[in-house]
Amino acid sequence: MEWASQLCENRGLGSKMTDSKYFTTTKKGEIFELKAELNSDKKEKKKEAVKKVIASMTVGKDVSALFPDVVNCMQTDNLELKKLVYLYLMNYAKSQPDMAIMAVNTFVKDCEDLNPLIRALAVRTMGCIRVDKITEYLCEPLRKCLKDEDPYVRKTAAVCVAKLHDINAQLVEDQGFLDTLKDLISDSNPMVVANAVAALSEIAESHPNSNLLDLNPQTINKLLTALNECTEWGQIFILDCLASYLPRDDRESQSICERVTPRLSHANSAVVLSAVKVLMKFMEMLPKDLDYYGTLLKKLAPPLVTLLSAEPELQYVALRNINLIVQKRPEILKHEMKVFFVKYNDPIYVKLEKLDIMIRLASQANIAQVLAELKEYATEVDVDFVRKAVRAIGRCAIKVEQSAERCVSTLLDLIQTKVNYVVQEAIVVIKDIFRKYPNKYESVIATLCENLDSLDEPEARAAMIWIVGEYAERIDNADELLESFLEGFHDESTQVQLQLLTAIVKLFLKKPTETQELVQQVLSLATQDSDNPDLRDRGYIYWRLLSTDPVAAKEVVLAEKPLISEETDLIEPTLLEELICHIGTLASVYHKPPSAFVEGSRGVQHKRLPPRAGSGESTESPDVGQSGPSEAPPAVIPSQGDLLGDLLNLDLAPPTATVPSVQPSMQMGAMDLLGGGLDSLMGDESDTPGGRTEVQSPQPYSDYSERELGGDIGGSPSMGAGLGAAPAAMPASLGSAPAVGGGLGDLFDLGGGVGMPTGSYVAPKTVWLLAMKAKGLEISGTFARRGGIIQMDLSLTNKAMSVMTDFAIQFNRNSFGLAPAGPLQVLTPLSPNQTIDVSLPLSTSGPVMKMEPLNNLQVAVKNNIDVFYFSCQYPLSLLFVEDGKMDRQVFLATWKDIPNDNEAQFQIKDIHLNSDVASNKLQGSNIFTIAKRTVEGQDMLYQSVKLTNGIWVLAEMRIQTGNPNYTLSIKCRAPEVCPFVYQCYELVLKN
Amino acid sequence: MIGGLFIYNHKGEVLISRVYRDDIGRNAVDAFRVNVIHARQQVRSPVTNIARTSFFHVKRSNIWLAAVTKQNVNAAMVFEFLYKMCDVMTAYFGKISEENIKNNFVLIYELLDEILDFGYPQNSETGALKTFITQQGIKGQPQTKEEQSQITSQVTGQIGWRREGIKYRRNELFLDVLESVNLLMSPQGQVLSAHVSGRVVMKSYLSGMPECKFGMNDKIVIDKQGKGGTTDEPGKSELGGSGKQSIAIDDCTFHQCVRLSKFDSERSISFIPPDGEYELMRYRTTKDIILPFRVIPLVREVGRTKLEVKVVIKSNFKPSLLAQKIEVRIPTPLNTSGVQVICMKGKAKYKASENAIVWKIKRMAGMKESQISAEIELLPTNDKKKWARPPISMNFEVPFAPSGLKVRYLKVFESKLNYSDHDVIKWVRYIGRSGIYETRC
Repeated sequence: MEWASQLCENRGLGSKMTDSKYFTTTKKGEIFELKAELNSDKKEKKKEAVKKVIASMTVGKDVSALFPDVVNCMQTDNLELKKLVYLYLMNYAKSQPDMAIMAVNTFVKDCEDLNPLIRALAVRTMGCIRVDKITEYLCEPLRKCLKDEDPYVRKTAAVCVAKLHDINAQLVEDQGFLDTLKDLISDSNPMVVANAVAALSEIAESHPNSNLLDLNPQTINKLLTALNECTEWGQIFILDCLASYLPRDDRESQSICERVTPRLSHANSAVVLSAVKVLMKFMEMLPKDLDYYGTLLKKLAPPLVTLLSAEPELQYVALRNINLIVQKRPEILKHEMKVFFVKYNDPIYVKLEKLDIMIRLASQANIAQVLAELKEYATEVDVDFVRKAVRAIGRCAIKVEQSAERCVSTLLDLIQTKVNYVVQEAIVVIKDIFRKYPNKYESVIATLCENLDSLDEPEARAAMIWIVGEYAERIDNADELLESFLEGFHDESTQVQLQLLTAIVKLFLKKPTETQELVQQVLSLATQDSDNPDLRDRGYIYWRLLSTDPVAAKEVVLAEKPLISEETDLIEPTLLEELICHIGTLASVYHKPPSAFVEGSRGVQHKRLPPRAGSGESTESPDVGQSGPSEAPPAVIPSQGDLLGDLLNLDLAPPTATVPSVQPSMQMGAMDLLGGGLDSLMGDESDTPGGRTEVQSPQPYSDYSERELGGDIGGSPSMGAGLGAAPAAMPASLGSAPAVGGGLGDLFDLGGGVGMPTGSYVAPKTVWLLAMKAKGLEISGTFARRGGIIQMDLSLTNKAMSVMTDFAIQFNRNSFGLAPAGPLQVLTPLSPNQTIDVSLPLSTSGPVMKMEPLNNLQVAVKNNIDVFYFSCQYPLSLLFVEDGKMDRQVFLATWKDIPNDNEAQFQIKDIHLNSDVASNKLQGSNIFTIAKRTVEGQDMLYQSVKLTNGIWVLAEMRIQTGNPNYTLSIKCRAPEVCPFVYQCYELVLKN
Repeated sequence: MIGGLFIYNHKGEVLISRVYRDDIGRNAVDAFRVNVIHARQQVRSPVTNIARTSFFHVKRSNIWLAAVTKQNVNAAMVFEFLYKMCDVMTAYFGKISEENIKNNFVLIYELLDEILDFGYPQNSETGALKTFITQQGIKGQPQTKEEQSQITSQVTGQIGWRREGIKYRRNELFLDVLESVNLLMSPQGQVLSAHVSGRVVMKSYLSGMPECKFGMNDKIVIDKQGKGGTTDEPGKSELGGSGKQSIAIDDCTFHQCVRLSKFDSERSISFIPPDGEYELMRYRTTKDIILPFRVIPLVREVGRTKLEVKVVIKSNFKPSLLAQKIEVRIPTPLNTSGVQVICMKGKAKYKASENAIVWKIKRMAGMKESQISAEIELLPTNDKKKWARPPISMNFEVPFAPSGLKVRYLKVFESKLNYSDHDVIKWVRYIGRSGIYETRC
């Protein structure tokens, strides 16, 4: 309030009377004073007082004590005063629900006012008052307003339905407002249509399975007509809604595109981007040889470029989206390189994004220009930007072979500047260039070595060490260089240590005579003095390899490595597709699926592009790779740096260290180790300086093998080189696996052929309703999920003396909306002492109400005698859907995103299963293992479960060999389900 | 959708806070202040995610406007809305400043209630808003039923940007073609990138609901007519002048009053204009741009403590035209200790605080040339980092359109009132300004 009192003084000095004076009261007892003023007879004074109240509210003061006094002012002819009172009500009604009722009468009366502005104001405000009791009173006025003669009132009422739905969804459905809302799509007024569309879209989002929007060619036609007439905002709502429609065929798709393209000339960038979204999506359905397809591609470029002359914030949004569009359809902007050149005055966030797109668009045709620009950028001030520019030069070299030489010389120039971070960044990228073009640019090594001392970042040190090791035979003093690093071995970061170890082993194999001492030193440092398991493992493997068979060691360590490929930072294709469906939205800005940052069921639906036209390609293999020569979809490496990120990277690269239990225990024979160890060795070899470099060092086979090779990893070329000779040498723990790839196969696709799922567990029936309590009817039952259908298995026994007929069943509202999907099929009368078994299919679209406990279900059964009530509890596994296998990337992002408070830990005791059997068993109940990792004899299974209402549950299960107790950590946005998920685990694993 | 909207002053104190959604709490107000306004680092992104809440912000002078949401909203729309909101506020009370916001907080709340409903942007055209949201709250009640329904039909109607019943004694319109020419040139005089981004701003003072048609020397239209044979457009050279026949427009966008489907099919620009000033269209051209000035830099490092700079500027347009407000900005290194300048024309000064020599010339005719030379003394430093040599930038204003765009006609039809196209007084003006006009040295 400091500024407020300053202003007060100003006013005292004679400045004009203005509203800012209301911010001034800070005295004690002001509430009391305000109270008096609010109750004043003078209208002006009243109004002044309300203004003061609102001002205090704005700055965060609690003025809720004045509630009754303010509400008393509501009944007024003065519209301005009324609005202020409403504003107050919206803020405080929730904290004073009982008093808020006082306002209801005025609202209801205002909804009948002659002035449409007042009617609309009342219905608009009422919807913002989130008090249950009020909502009941709201229904009637809202119903009238939805049919009001004035469009202004109707458009306000349409939004009000969405508000009400947010407070009480059931009420909206029961009252039939959704149907009225659907009718408004055919309204004569475009703005009413637009708001109805917006409201329906939002409501539909929270009912993923409902067919609420029910888009068909007729409604689409109506929307397209309204599109031409409504406000810019309305156009956005309509376009966003259109984007979720799936045209029946390419003809329809084309005709919609034709009617949407004029929007590309709209002054509002959001309209343009939403139109682009519709076009990008529907284009997918057009045959590529169609003339119109080409025309459309051409039409898309200019508006995208125009977006770059908007204000910087919008430019940023546009650039993030263009980044996606360029990956999906590089042809659209391939001639527009120049517009992405960075301007000196661009804000940094625009600069960084432009740089990204420049690299994506770089090709042989424009590389000279691009390089000249990049070199210019590398001399700028902002450190991040400069680093990125240097890195970009390296990426150009890898992408455009013809430019490699020029890039290298540019990088050397930059190294000469001696700017520390530039030098380090340059060395990191030069390492990558070596990996792409081996034996071509080694002449520069001498220059690099000069800068050895200035390297203080782990990544740069690791890169330099890799270079020295890789080309040890050409560097005279390689041993000295490496030895100098060895002095501070334990202070180095892991990636440097790993690299140093490998480099020295390489050096030893190349120059055995003079480096024996060095290699022994590093091996003992790595194996005996280090706490890091990865480092120890690698150390032992080298050690044993070298001592058993130096020739084999040479073959393994110095084997030819696969070249790295160009597109290493593309977004994973399925994610890209989803993001394309979200163009213009936050998801496209974050480059994350909405489920990663939106809470609750909203946005959990994964949007997909429509299936590709004609060519018969499935959506599984989108044509992202068009620009590149490679047949296989490009490998995509996520950039997470934490432990989970590592986990993911390891899993993505088939030949890396994920082989179960490669424990350097001394009892195991050397040969045993060799089998398992080789893989990891080879894997590490091919991805070089460890750690964060994974971000740019591609592992070309990862995605490929996951998709195409399935379990048969053994054929992966990078492994073949080293392993070819001894496939039979399997680590003991892999014994049960059918083939070399078997063990690895588990990691990649547990569902795919390795072991059949055992089917979901069904508990035996228990008695739910005792005969004595139900006039002779005894009901026992259980729940099952069979082939995606939830069933309630019931046994009805007649223990009375008379025949029972006319059975019917009903459920009370429950937490997950379980409801009978059909009538109870008891066709014949139930005679005394007879038992009938029935299966009742259940749906999950029933009304929802949170129960205590969560999985409680209240059932009413009726027969010719009476109605009986009982309650039972169902296992949550009933609700685990079949497509609950989360994408690995999404898993990671989600895991990180869920706050740690939501994590629950459980112990599952007395389980004597190994991890593979356990995960198979769990899969039978739709608990899917996404990844497995073994660390120090402990298997960690990462699992996902999706509930019918779209809630994802993520779990990590740790299994220690020989320990019958599993540790289970469960993370979920709705933490209350965790204990029930744990129950399911226990049930499934123990039975 | 938008969950809440906050306005802060430069210290991070809240001036306006309006929450639309239940998932946004008061703590969001503080989260933004702590994480963005008070953050030590420079802003790295206009979108910030804090604890699963997304904040969009724009800054106007030292006022922060932030929109908050927890959903996957249309990000472009949120920013467009924030800009629009700034426009609306400016239209109501002038400059967006702390004082103006405090003085008008009641009005702002009223506006926010009207233009955002449950986080969904509603009609935000000032023309429409001003009919029923008035600064003093004088209006609002004593309206007749007709007036009320007129207001609501305008707010929700197809022509939400114009109200009915406007009358002027003199029907008049002003067209301003405002272009900013952007250039990035290499030291050797090679054009690295150049484009013109132009705007056609119209001030209309026309009675009734006039139907307008706007024509310019758009290549596509001219070529089409050429093929058709006759050009029966009346008033073809009525407004425009001579010069280039036609220009290729890369892309253009229009005010929402323009019928886009008609432009798409016939490439004709027809509309019912808002009353008063508004931006009819924006366009961009990259071909055949007239670059009004050429900058030729020459920088020589003499030893470690001296720089010699010579810059020549050449004007490249008709000698009868005059460029104005010319300013050339030559950056100097941070360790500059002294500068001596000699220039043939105008005034030049070394501004230590801006690290630049600023050379100003009031007027300069076409096809002329002028030169500046400077000696820059440097303090010896052991800073290894080289001077980055920022580009030399230029500002100017010229009385023509560097893109070559010409207005061919603007026809006004109002069938209900008795004035015709000929009765309307029309004015056209061309102004070309420098955008980012840089030459590397």
